[in-house]
Order: sequence, then C-alpha cells, then structure tokens
Amino acid sequence: MPATPSPVSTGYPELDALRPRLQAIPTLGADALEAEEIAILGRKSGALTAALKRVAELPIEERKSYGAAVNRLKAEFEAAFAARREELEAERKSQEHAERDLTMPARHRWVGAEHPVTRVVDEIVDIFRGIGFTVAVGPEVETEWFNFLALNFPADHPAMDMHDTLYLDAAPAEGEPGGRLLLRTHTSPVQIRALLAAPPPVRVVIPGMVYRNDAFDASHSPAFSQIEGLAVDEGISFVDLKATLIHFAHRFFSPSTKTRFRPSFFPFTEPSAEMDVECQLCHGSGCPACKGTGWMEILGCGMVHPTVLENVSVDPEKYTGWAFGMGPHRITMLRYGIPDIRLLLEGDMRFLEQLREGARAQRREGGQ
Amino acid sequence: MNISLRWLEAFLRRSLDPREAAERLVMLGAPVDAIEPLHADLGELVIGLVEEVRQHPNADRLRVCRVNDGTAERRNVVCGAPNVTVGKKYPFARVGTTIPHGKGGEPMRIERAKLRGETSEGMLCSARELGLGQEHDGILELVTDAAPGTPLLEAVPLSDHRLVVDVTPNRPDLLGHKGVARELAASYGIPFRLPVIPGSATIDVPPPRRTADSGSVGSIAISIEDPESGPRFHAALIRGATVGQSPDWLRRRLEAVGVRSINNVVDATNYVMLELNHPMHAYDAATLRGSALIVRRARAGERLTTLDDVERELNAEMIAIADGEGVIGLAGIMGGAATEVSPVSRDILLEAAVWDPRRIRLTRRALGMSTEASYRFERGIDRWAGADSMRRCIELVLATAGGELADAPLDLWPVPSHPPRVFLRPARVAQVLGVEIPWHAIERYLVAVGATVVSKPDDGRIAVDVPGWRPDLVAEIDLVEEIARLHGYEAFPSGLRPFRPGNLAEAPIEAAIRSVRRGLVEQGLYEVNSLPMGKADGDDSVRLLNPLSAEDAWLRRRLLPGLIRLVEANWANRVEDVRLFEIGTTFAGAAPGRRPVEEFRVAAVITGRREPPHWSGTGQDRLDLWDLKGRFESAVALAIPGGAVQVEQNAWVARDAEGRVVGHAGPLTADAPLWAAPLFGFELVLDPSPRRAPTFTPLPSTPAVERVLALLLPQGIEAARAEAVLRKAGGPLLERVDIESDYRGPELPPKTRSVAFRLTFRAPDRTLRDAEVDQTETRLLAALAEELGVRRRDAGSAPGE
Repeated sequence: MPATPSPVSTGYPELDALRPRLQAIPTLGADALEAEEIAILGRKSGALTAALKRVAELPIEERKSYGAAVNRLKAEFEAAFAARREELEAERKSQEHAERDLTMPARHRWVGAEHPVTRVVDEIVDIFRGIGFTVAVGPEVETEWFNFLALNFPADHPAMDMHDTLYLDAAPAEGEPGGRLLLRTHTSPVQIRALLAAPPPVRVVIPGMVYRNDAFDASHSPAFSQIEGLAVDEGISFVDLKATLIHFAHRFFSPSTKTRFRPSFFPFTEPSAEMDVECQLCHGSGCPACKGTGWMEILGCGMVHPTVLENVSVDPEKYTGWAFGMGPHRITMLRYGIPDIRLLLEGDMRFLEQLREGARAQRREGGQ
Repeated sequence: MNISLRWLEAFLRRSLDPREAAERLVMLGAPVDAIEPLHADLGELVIGLVEEVRQHPNADRLRVCRVNDGTAERRNVVCGAPNVTVGKKYPFARVGTTIPHGKGGEPMRIERAKLRGETSEGMLCSARELGLGQEHDGILELVTDAAPGTPLLEAVPLSDHRLVVDVTPNRPDLLGHKGVARELAASYGIPFRLPVIPGSATIDVPPPRRTADSGSVGSIAISIEDPESGPRFHAALIRGATVGQSPDWLRRRLEAVGVRSINNVVDATNYVMLELNHPMHAYDAATLRGSALIVRRARAGERLTTLDDVERELNAEMIAIADGEGVIGLAGIMGGAATEVSPVSRDILLEAAVWDPRRIRLTRRALGMSTEASYRFERGIDRWAGADSMRRCIELVLATAGGELADAPLDLWPVPSHPPRVFLRPARVAQVLGVEIPWHAIERYLVAVGATVVSKPDDGRIAVDVPGWRPDLVAEIDLVEEIARLHGYEAFPSGLRPFRPGNLAEAPIEAAIRSVRRGLVEQGLYEVNSLPMGKADGDDSVRLLNPLSAEDAWLRRRLLPGLIRLVEANWANRVEDVRLFEIGTTFAGAAPGRRPVEEFRVAAVITGRREPPHWSGTGQDRLDLWDLKGRFESAVALAIPGGAVQVEQNAWVARDAEGRVVGHAGPLTADAPLWAAPLFGFELVLDPSPRRAPTFTPLPSTPAVERVLALLLPQGIEAARAEAVLRKAGGPLLERVDIESDYRGPELPPKTRSVAFRLTFRAPDRTLRDAEVDQTETRLLAALAEELGVRRRDAGSAPGE
C-alpha cells in the first residue's frame, strides 16, 4: 500500500473510476496481478497509458492539471504493483522452503583413502619420530649375508625354518657380501645397512614389505609389511627397550593399555622378548580373539646380539642396542576386526570404502 | 610339543593348576598355545558294580544285569558283552549320560530303552566307547577300590591336561618333560626328580663300559666309522624279553601327549624320548646280519625300506646304520623295517646315540621326511646324558617286557669332551640389562637352569659350566639372557631414559612417498597393496627359484598390470567406479653380475563416473582422458621435482629434470564388461630428490584486464605452441593464459579449429589502460601470424558457437 492516502477525488471521473482497482491490488494473486498491471500500465492498451495519450487532445489550460493527476495516479499504481509483487515473491519463497525435503541425500565428491595398513604404519612411524627416530629403508632383494648371516642366523639350523625364503634366479652383484639373492624375509637386514651407513648413535625405524614362501590364505601371505626399530648407543639397556616399547603401546593403543614382556628367541637379539598388549577386544578378560589369554602378541624385540654388532664393526663392549619388529598387516587386522589378510592385499573398492576414515560419519549425514 | 600335566606333577611331586602352570611357562619363554583337558567327556560316568547277571529271556546273546550305581535303587541293564561278570566293576553310563564314542563313533546319549521286552536303564561301557582304546571285545573291567557311584575320573587316573607348548628352536631341552619340569621347578623354587617307574625298584643297571670307537654287547660288535656323524653311541642288549602290550600307566602317559602305544619295547623308547628328549631306537637283535652294527656314512645309491614301508634311496651325505651286510637304518631319522621289533622278538638291542645336527637336517630335507627323532636331533641333544637315557630305557623294558640285560651297556665315545665353560662378568649383566642384579641372585638363577658356577668373582668374572642339555648357552650374552629370564622380564623398570638423536637422516624416499600418496588421496583415489608376484612381463623379469606356483613365478616389472587385474576383480563384483593407486617396488633384471634393479613406483587406474551420481541429475559424466591428464600432472608434480608432462607420439609421458622418461599415461585395455566405463591409468618412477618449497610472490594490488582471443589453429599447430608464442610475446604484463573453448565446425576454414584463449594482463605497479592492452594484443597477433601463421577468427562470430 502507498504510504500517503490518496485524495478522495481528482476531479476527473474517469481517473476516479480507476481508484477501486488501485485499492484492490493487495488482494490480487500472481496471475491477476500481472494481468492488472498490463490492463493499467500496458504500453499498448493500459488504461493510464490511454489517459496520458489523451492529454494532448485536451484544451491547453487543462493539460497541466490533468497530466499531473494521471502521473500521480500512475506512480501510485506502480508502487502498489511493486509492493504486491514483493509480497507474493516472499510468500512463494517461504512456501518453497517449507516444502523442501531436507532429508534428501547430499551431493558428495569422490573421496579417496590411504590403505588401512598405511595408516597403521604412519601412526607407528610418527610415534617413533616423536622420540628421536628417523625412517630408514632398504632393498627388498637381499643376499643371504644381509638377511641371515650378518644377523647371526646359524647356517643349516632350525632357526632358519622360521623364515621360509623365496630365492631369486639372479646373481648378486660382484663384490657384494654373501651368497644367493633372495627376497628379504624381514626388515632386519636394514638394521645391518643402517649400522654400516653411520656410526652410533643410530636410532631408526624401518617400514617395508617382506616376503615368505607361504601360501596365500586367510592368515598367511607371501608378502606382508613389517616395521622394525633399532637403537644403538652407549648405555642402552633392556630398561630402555622396555620403556620405549611401553611408551609406544600407550601412544598407539591407549595410555592405560597393559603390556607384558616375556622371553622369546630371535637369532639377532639376546635377551629376546615378545611384547604382549592387553587384548583390545576383551581388555584382558579373555575372548576368542586372544584365545582366552587376555593378551595379544604385538611385537618381537630384544637387545642387539653382540655378534651382530661385531659383524658391522661396532664394538659390542662399548655400544649396546635394542631392536624390535612388528607386523602392521596383523595389527591392522586386529584394529579393524578383519578376518582375512587377503582383503588387505586385494583392491576391493567396497572394502576400501568401508574402512576409509570418516566413512561411517558420512553415511549418517547421508541419512537423516 | 605336547606336555602332560600329570607327567609334570610326577616330576615335581605336587599337583599343578593347568592355567597357572601354563602362565608360568609363558613367562619363562615357552608359550602355551592350548590347554586341552583330556577325557573331560567322561565326567558323567560312574563306577557300576554288577550284582546279578541272568540270561535275556528272548535273546541268546544278551544278558540282563542288576547294576549298583551308588544310588538306593538298582538299575536293570541289558548287556551284550561276553565278559560281564557278577561282582566286578565297570564304567557305567546312567540314563541321560552322553558317551563319547557311540555307534558310528559319534557321541551318544544313553536313553531308557526296551530291548526285546527287557527294560535297560543305562549302559556298561567298553574302552572304545569311552575313547580309551580300540578294544571292543567286551566291557572295560576296572580294578579299583572305589565305591559304586564314584565318578570314573576320580576312581581311575584318566583325567589329565595336555599343554601344547610352542618350543623355540634354541631350546631343545623343552622337547622333553624333564626340561619343562626343570623350568617349573625353578619358577616355583622347588626340587624335581625323575618319576618312579612302577616295577623298577629291584632293577639294577650297571654303569656303562666306555670305549673309543668299537666294542660289543653280548655277541654284537658295534663300531663307529665316522665319529663326526655319530660322536657318541650307547648300546645295550636285553635277552629274553616278551614283547606285548604296555601297562596302563605307560599307555596313558603316551596317549596323553598324543603318541600311540605300539608295544612295551617301542613304548619304552618313546617314553624316554618324551621324558628326557633323547630319541632312542630298538632293534630285534636276531635280525642283525653278521651280529654287527656299524655307524657310517651312507653310500650313494644304497636303498633302505624304512619303518613306514617306504623304500628310500640314500646319498653319501646321510648317516647310515649298517649291520654286517648293509644299511638297516637312517640314523637319527627312522629305523629300517627289516630290523623292527615285533611281537616275536626276544632279544632287543637298544640304541641311545648322538648325531650331527647338520647332517640330520640335510638328510631330513633331502628325503622330505621329518620325524619326532629328526626334529630333536636337529635341535641338538645332550651328548653327556646318553647313559641316563639308556639306564631309563633298560629299566622300562625290564619292568614291562622282562628279560635280562646281557652285558653292562656299552658307551662308544671316540672323542670325549666336556660341556662348555663360559665366563660371565656381573658388570656386563648390568650394562646390558640396565640394572644391577645381586651376585647371589645371579648364582641362584644359573644354578636353577642347571649350570655349575665354578668360581666366585675375583677378577670381575665368574666361570660357569653350562649343562649339556642347553646347546644355546655358549657365550656370556646367553647367560645374561638366562639371568633376565629367571629374574622375570616384568621385574625390570620401564621409565624412559634420556637418549641421543641418531646419526642417520631420514630416508628421502619417505617424504616423496607421503607427498604423492596424500596428493592421490585428495584426488579421490584409494590406495592398495598387492602381491608383487605374477606372470613374466618381458625378457628382463626376475624369476623366483622356488615360487609358490608356476603362474606366480616372476616379480613385477610394472605396477599397472597388477592394478588392471584389481579393476577387473571389481568389475566382477559389479563395481563400476574404481579409482585405485599403489606405491610399491618393481624389480627388473640386470646384466649378469649386477643385482636386479628395484624402483619405488606409483601407478593409478581410474574408471567410472566423474562424481557420485546424485538425484538432482548431476554425476552422470564418466571420467575421460582429461581427468587422467589432470591426475597425471598432479602426480608428476609431486613425484618428480622439476618433472614435466609432455606429448610424445600421441601419448603423455613424464620426463624428469634431466629429460629421462620416467612415466606415462593413457587409456588401458582390460577384460571389461560391456557396461564398464573406459579405463585409464598412469605409472611413474618416484624421485627421492629433495622437494623445494614454493616461493612467495607479492599478491597483486592492481586490477587485471581480461581479453578473449579466438584463434584459428590450422591442423598441426597445437594449443601449447600457440600458448608458448603468446607467453613469449606477452612479456611480463601477460599474467595468465587459459583456454576457454575448442571449437570445430563447418563455417570455419577447412582443417582449422577455433581455440579461445582468455588472457589476463596486469601491471604490478599501475592500472593498465585499454590502449596499452590493445597495443599488446596487436603485438600478440602479429607474433602469432609471423611464427605460426595463426590468425584471429573473424570478428562478429562469438567463439565456441
């Protein structure tokens, strides 16, 4: 509605006759409004357009006042039409909003993800980086010397049976120490390479793929990842080994996770140990996943065997060290409850999407 | 290794809780994989006393018995066993009890039944029905004082627990019950002794007669021709033995650890192996030709039929036992069939020998046969304990099979030796373990594992004679481990101590891998790990000597073939949107004398829709070549510092800063279903050289002027060439060049297309005027015309129509 009330009469009956139509504008619907706008203001046959055309036909003395009256009325109509249009638009918008179904699915982008095993490896690496370790890597094709002999594996001993080895039909480099070429059965040869590359202190963490002559089934794979740690310096002891690995377990699992160390055997460490952590499923009360023991074997470790240090010309009387190794594939299976290692070595999109971080949250948003 | 809890109890003279004992073994380094209760399925059976037996009125072969099962009522039981006797006791299954081996070997629940008119309320059981043996001629007669109704497992010592112990290769001593008992005795701080063999109290075995490399027992001449292969050999001859079934206690011991009872003589040798970890062998002395036994190397081509009835060909690396005429046994692995102890054997020759572990291992591998004996000899047995093993075995045979010892046992020992002496410095213990362990504790731990501490520390070290059953204790560090083990790993403190950073810098490839991985994940790709074995891929594929299968005998040279297989597997699952990448090692063969070349590579494959389909209608477009190029360019930027994507022979390649081709991208062929979208992929070699951080340039403070130039490019002039001319001629004022459209149509001159370039001009220090831009534009057009013969599309028609 116009802000100022109109005069009751213009003195021109044909203009006054349009006034009821002006007052009716706020009640018009969208279609009627458009029709009325054309009827009043239309360029060809609008009532006020016609009235303006008539100004020229009037006697000169009437022209001015009549023209002014028509223009005033035109302005009033224009304002009324505009106001009504705005009103209708606002109504339409609020109507549309009320009718919108906000539960309809969102529009997403394709997202990708790091492999679950990569996430586990990166987490482990980052924890050790935080306590002064750097990442070292080494070749996957090794010689028997690096993979076994330098690591104090006795030749022709049952300890070798723990490593069912894949050998290559290729010759080692000339001058390279030691025997046949093989696919490394553990990341431990990188310990040897690290100790040959730099004098102690050495503090490295070694992720990588390792290979065994194992059939591909639910719990075995001919290729899997391992991550190894090595610390060699003066004054390093079994206490440091325990302390560092407990720190790791508290960071990786939770600060309250219980651990235990029990004796074990590896040719390249002595004393050797296994670290168990409290079963992450039953928290120690015993369940099928931990065979009722309440514990899960998580890594093997030990003090670097003096013979290993001698093999790389590090004085074992001056320097001591510790090492550990664990299997990120196995830890990934425990963490995500994956029953079959093959799922981690195939590329099933459905599996990868399921285990993507944030995957569940997005499904929730996509629903209600 | 299967361990019987009852057997351990006999050593320790105390009862053990299976879980608690297992826990102690675990913490001593012998993980217990399983605790299996034995005969727990007999828990419901009771002792039944037969008080009356009468003939079944309607069946000749059935009897009707009155059975006292300890309750006030008497049970009427129909029984078909011929041996059921009044006044005897039998295992009785009441109505409702389940017996482990009913008809067909399945567990069976005993119900009240009517058999030919007579009610039967329960069942008197045979050994076979209870899983206690194969006898089924009659029901199992029990000799016991227990009252009727007493649970069977209380009256008869059947119940036991089998501990399945995972013995590490360094601890052969734990392959015998004595070794495990020693560990538990150390843990509990109690003594342990060999269990008493029933019936052996009156047997007196004379000490062995030691000789060098030859001697005789009775009339049998024994000699060692190759002392390296067989360093020590104990022998004894028993005459007049009666080979037959072993007594119950012996059978139960063996069965508790899963060893089948054969006869009293063979059982005696197995018992000694399981108890003392010394595999023994028994020969029927009458079958030895020439009354001789010779330890020597086998001769190539010699043949022997072993106890398992397999004829085997021997080679000169193997250790043979021969009689006067030829080989009769594979030393340390398996005896020969011809000299086997049988029910008619009377004279038994017993052997307790020590074999070279390496040679046993070689033989076992060459013949592909692993036996309980070879497993133990490979790990090393106590060469100073043979006399004890022999005495034990003689006692067992005499107690269970009778007969007489023909002679004092013979001990052939060509090169006598002592167990090693090791020196230990308490200071070294503290250096390695990080805490001081008191001297008296060190001594206590060493004595508990069977070592002898010879001298007290005066020059800062202790002499320790290690026991013969511990071949793993040869150096000081081995004793340090024993001290830590018995001290208990859990007893050590665990507070983090200060450390020095290492001397090794981070491996550069690690940063490269992380950055490429992050980039591809941001592009919506999923990382995979796959096995690097597959088919041969070109001449320089690296072959495995001992592959898992003939198809997977080569190492991958490239990542893409493996990724294509993964895409095909996804298609087989009806998944059409597949976007995968892998970062992994590839292997390529090299010239002789050089090791195979390993490279860290990244490869990616994409197929399917560009974005997830949405109900609003978006997301229907499929990924195309330009999506591939985008991902390839991003990957190259991250993987190869200074690298660039170029077009070569109608395909994209990546070159590194030195111009070497290090990657390629393009459409891929695969075994695709009809509905599959096109498949694209790329592969790149990762460059570990350092990444340079982007450098900052001041953000613009002046306005830009944009112009669109629609250029007619003749065939053969690529957009990139036109862009290069524009950039060169545009100078510093030309800030950006973008391509807005690429149009081909009939209204254009033949063999041309119209490419619209959007040019952004800016001067960093002033507002550009139109006139200045006009001038530049004129200069650009002149350069295009001159260098490429490219001109502007006629004014009036808008680009891209």
